[in-house]
Amino acid sequence: MLGEGILKGMAETAKNFVGSYFSAERMTTVQYPEERITPYEAARVFPFLVYDSRNTADPSDWEAGMRCVACQICEKECPPKCIYIDKSKDKKPDAIGKPQFYPSRFDIDISVCMSCQICVEVCPFEAIKMDTVYELSTDDRFGGLLLDREQLAKSNEYYHRIHPTEAAEVDDRLSEGRAKTDAKITAGAIAAAIRGAEVPATAKAATKPVADGAVEDDAARAAAAKKAAEPPTGAEN
Amino acid sequence: MTGLVPQKEGELRGEDSQVRKSGPGAPSYSAVFAERPEGWNRPALIQPSGDGELLEVAMGPHHPSTHGVFRMDVALDGERVIRLKPVFGYLHRNHEKIAEGISYLGSMPYTDRLDYICPITNNWAYALAVEKLTGQDVPERAEYLRVILGELTRFQNHASSIGFLIQEMGASGTPLMYAFREREKILDLFEKLTGARMMVNYMRFGGCRVDASPAWLDATRKVVAGLPQFVDEFDQLLSSNEILMARTQGVGVLKADLAVNAGITGPMLRASGVNYDIRKVDGYGIYNRFNFRVPLGDHGDVYDRFMIRMLEMRESITILEQALKEIPKGPIMDPKAKIRGFRPKPGEAYGRIEAPKGELGFYLISDGGANPYRYRIRPPSLINLTVLEDMCLGHDVADVVLIFGSVDIVLGEVDR
Repeated sequence: MLGEGILKGMAETAKNFVGSYFSAERMTTVQYPEERITPYEAARVFPFLVYDSRNTADPSDWEAGMRCVACQICEKECPPKCIYIDKSKDKKPDAIGKPQFYPSRFDIDISVCMSCQICVEVCPFEAIKMDTVYELSTDDRFGGLLLDREQLAKSNEYYHRIHPTEAAEVDDRLSEGRAKTDAKITAGAIAAAIRGAEVPATAKAATKPVADGAVEDDAARAAAAKKAAEPPTGAEN
Repeated sequence: MTGLVPQKEGELRGEDSQVRKSGPGAPSYSAVFAERPEGWNRPALIQPSGDGELLEVAMGPHHPSTHGVFRMDVALDGERVIRLKPVFGYLHRNHEKIAEGISYLGSMPYTDRLDYICPITNNWAYALAVEKLTGQDVPERAEYLRVILGELTRFQNHASSIGFLIQEMGASGTPLMYAFREREKILDLFEKLTGARMMVNYMRFGGCRVDASPAWLDATRKVVAGLPQFVDEFDQLLSSNEILMARTQGVGVLKADLAVNAGITGPMLRASGVNYDIRKVDGYGIYNRFNFRVPLGDHGDVYDRFMIRMLEMRESITILEQALKEIPKGPIMDPKAKIRGFRPKPGEAYGRIEAPKGELGFYLISDGGANPYRYRIRPPSLINLTVLEDMCLGHDVADVVLIFGSVDIVLGEVDR
């Protein structure tokens, strides 16, 4: 029958129209400015810089807790080249007390950024992460879209709020790294202590087979070696 | 062209030959040219019937249909198309040259922006080319994830391309919105996994960027379980519609031999009845493990192209079901893979996949540096568009829009 296909199709639209009153599956529109969907955990928009609240007096002191050490890998790897970094002249202590450079300028031009996340992937210091803020329109086309250090810096707590799973993993990795560095420092101290203790022992062992005439000479040398080994041992103890 | 006369050394062979036989820069192979009849590169001219003048119309570039910035210069005799000249390049973004200046990894997010309807398959083709160049292996689980995401991409591409086609037929909205409702579910899955709906930047050389959680796989299973119902509804809504049949059957016929000669690939080629699917031919990735059929058309008209896409959606669902059942646990990255600063050995590689629109290939030459020396894309959209005039001649203006829609192009890929 001619028109059968059209009628079948219209039955389908009727099903969808009536169904939209009963089933959420068929009514998917979200009235945007009034209603909002919460972004997924993996969602990414533009990058931001993570800082730890290291300054106990003022936890919002982003400059003290900045993780970025201005290694400029992200600047080099950024495909559209929208990151501008100036390395500092002086060094500041970082999370584990090691003196590090810091970015004296860190700008991201978000009118050029394409949210590809490559800066996040290549960062060895877990310093740059993706934000989920998406309402960023401004009336200043150039200055308003060039974000500087202060605008980019956001706390680790904020990072935990927007990407909880990822942030927990990052924290684990960082504390693991910190533990490793701590272990290295203590291991270094222990090694130095052992070295200090060993030097006279080896010296003594070396003296054993030597003839009597040389004993005094060797003992004096061992004493000198012990003296040389002592200061670091003492300092570390 | 008359018979070839032996040439002097260093002289160009043939009238329009581009290949230099010897001398500096000569290729190491010898080229053999087929006899070309007069006007081989021009479609048969249709003579105007009446006494009136031809009317030249520029369809586009702003809105020839819903596909982007593309212009068709059409010469009309009344309603009939006498000549058609496709003009593209409005969206040229210099992708290939940019890619030669940045690292291999840096081009990955740019490939998302080629065919922005299906970024996953673009990622895949590029990753495949680089993996061929460097000889990296891809872990099992990453292969499965690639297949799952690739087939979801194919599904949503075909659904929305049918929606656009029907939209151009005048059914403003309904089928397109139904398709987009389904597409949105799939894009939500992409966003949950990769962080972005369309600009996913997901694949890496030697694997994938992030692993899928069990919750994500369950959500995917749920969405895939709902897809057959959508295809059934879509089928009911469209396939037997008399208006659609009247508008599309016998319109824009592409003969199989012309399709093969012009290098057409994808659903368009299969609608002309040529059994050529790179998933079957190459079996790249792990496609030879899955059971699926390749639907073929008989007439090569717009209706066949529409129907092929409908059937391919069903085949995609069967692949998805198998892949989601079999997906193993394990790593998703080759442990030897380096994210940044790798330099492949000098050489060349061509990686191709069956993208939803046809054969998408990336040709790379490495000179041992951190950037590709040459980076070339074989875009299915552009090559499928080259036969537009042949399909449109003799049809009405309204059909031109329809035929253009049935090619299924994305201008981001045509102009690059």
